[in-house]
Amino acid sequence: MQTAMSDDRTQIFSRIKTALAPLPQRAALPNYARELPICRAHPEFSELWELFSHKAKQVNGTPLVGLATLGSWLHEKKQTHGYCDRALAERLRAMPEFEGITLETEFDRGRFDDFAFGITLAAGVIAETGSLILKDESTSARLGALAPWTHAAIVDPATIYPDTVTALENLGSDPSVIWATGPSKTADVEGILIEGVHGPGVQIVCLDA
Amino acid sequence: MQPKTFQKIDRFARDLPAEVHATVYDGSKSTSEKRYDVLWRDFPETADVLRETAGQIKQHTLEHLDQYLEQAEKSLTANGAQVHFAGDGDRANQIALELMQKHGAKKLVKSKSMVTEETHLVPFLEKNGIECVETDLGEFIVQIDNDHPSHIVKPIMHKNRRQIARSFEREGLGAYNDDPETITRRARVHLRKKYFEADVAVTGANFVSAESGRIVLVTNEGNARFCMAATKLHIAIVGIEKLVPRDKDLGLFLNLIGRSGTGQQLTVYTQFIAGPKRAEQPDGPEEMHVIFVDNKRTDVLASECREILRCIRCGACLNVCPVYRQASGHAYRSVYPGPVGAVLSPLLAADKFPELADLPKASSLCGACNEVCPVNIPIPDLLLRLRDKGKREGAKNAAAGTPPMGMYAMMASQPSAWKAAMKIGYAVNVTPQAMMNVVPAAQAWTSVRQLPKWRGGKFRDWMKKKESE
Repeated sequence: MQTAMSDDRTQIFSRIKTALAPLPQRAALPNYARELPICRAHPEFSELWELFSHKAKQVNGTPLVGLATLGSWLHEKKQTHGYCDRALAERLRAMPEFEGITLETEFDRGRFDDFAFGITLAAGVIAETGSLILKDESTSARLGALAPWTHAAIVDPATIYPDTVTALENLGSDPSVIWATGPSKTADVEGILIEGVHGPGVQIVCLDA
Repeated sequence: MQPKTFQKIDRFARDLPAEVHATVYDGSKSTSEKRYDVLWRDFPETADVLRETAGQIKQHTLEHLDQYLEQAEKSLTANGAQVHFAGDGDRANQIALELMQKHGAKKLVKSKSMVTEETHLVPFLEKNGIECVETDLGEFIVQIDNDHPSHIVKPIMHKNRRQIARSFEREGLGAYNDDPETITRRARVHLRKKYFEADVAVTGANFVSAESGRIVLVTNEGNARFCMAATKLHIAIVGIEKLVPRDKDLGLFLNLIGRSGTGQQLTVYTQFIAGPKRAEQPDGPEEMHVIFVDNKRTDVLASECREILRCIRCGACLNVCPVYRQASGHAYRSVYPGPVGAVLSPLLAADKFPELADLPKASSLCGACNEVCPVNIPIPDLLLRLRDKGKREGAKNAAAGTPPMGMYAMMASQPSAWKAAMKIGYAVNVTPQAMMNVVPAAQAWTSVRQLPKWRGGKFRDWMKKKESE
């Protein structure tokens, strides 16, 4: 297999070189302004969080402010058993709004249906698009942020990136960076929008103000 | 009414059931309108600059592909991924199978990938005892129906909810119910089990950054993300043209692909994958393999149509195309339908080019595909180049529906013959249309067109008079 594969490699490179050799000149890499891909067509907001909320709502995301609000939201929706990042669990358990809510800190894939929600730590959010950023480094379990119907990502106000360009400049060295923009969705059946296909049907971003 | 002179694609359009035609027409039209609204709302002055710049970046990458492919290989390796190269589809499939066998993998979950449609990966693996499950809802339905995708982004654009409900009933996924929400929930429950049982995830890649070796995957359903959370082995099968030079360039492409494909500013899930999971992360692949596939792409690169390799598979040209809307995707008889397919499919077909030589002709050259293309591919120009190629190579399908031009060529190159023909032409004005349909060579045109009144030679007369004045 090794020999055959390196043959394929040699062949592909030689075929590319042969294909390009007759070109009299090669197209240059264009210079373009850093701001070019940034969308500015939105109302003016004084705070980035407000722009984020505006954009998140456009894609049916659920922005919340304060962990207490999240506790009340879960009670209101009768979602009282879920997964929670170990780093947050103690703090949340001590809050009166989380009384009566069971937080498990291991996501047991054998009981994936038992978790009504997953609470994880976001690595940041992108105001321009209403996206939340998840990284392996800060997300304790990929499945905890994905399998439950409700996913609540807790975001530190210091990690609100203004736009996709800035977020790209801050990808860092993490092997898995995810931008999630609203709940999982499909329009495969007759173009009708349905949320909650494989991932969360409710995507909460909760500002830890 | 004229089977003899119809091109193959015309026959598909003619035979398309009215119900499917309506579904495809409405689906493509509404997506196209949404694309336009969102792109120009968000970038009222610069939408075209974005498209043109993205096109230049891709063209630059293609024209330095050896350099960027080598750089990507290094970056991917540095990230801890293992890189493989496959000259053709069979090699790619073989490499994937050997990797799975080495890991004792028996079950595979797969996210949507066009290149694996090209290589026929799923039937190959199934033959070799691997259970394969497509996890994109549309592709899942295509799989259980043993059908083919008819659209790059919306694979079941040709199916309605009643057909899908019948398929779900047949597969034991519940009693007949054609409510789209019920269909989606049933798929969620069914596929969830599949994710957790699977050993390996196969994905494609929307972009690969040569600079960082990051593979970028975009989905709306979150299926690629689930594949990458539940399994331990990740195999990405990637066409060699998927490269972009730098992470910074992804800003342009990500802002264009969602808007162009589905009228979204960004797709719901955008994943940047740079190697296997971190050690302390409980979920996700411990090993990552990337298989770069040529499969005739270097032939396309050597051709006069290399611009088509810029394509980022958004499907915007399908949605806007008046021919696609009439014919639907299966009419293109290949993996890639629509305007992009009319260029790419005959080229990728290589020695089977003659079989698809009618596709470049299935266009009025209206140019809409070029106008919507996020990487500004001059598709109408490429179609003309392929028409030329088809004619030069004497491909029969390239001539179907076109009267022979030999007589015209003879007259047009001999002034005396031309003058005589101008006079004889007046006979057409007194010949009944029905009689002309008898001439086989003329039939292709006259059967579906009303001829204008013959006025041959009038211009020459006018010109002569002008000269003498």
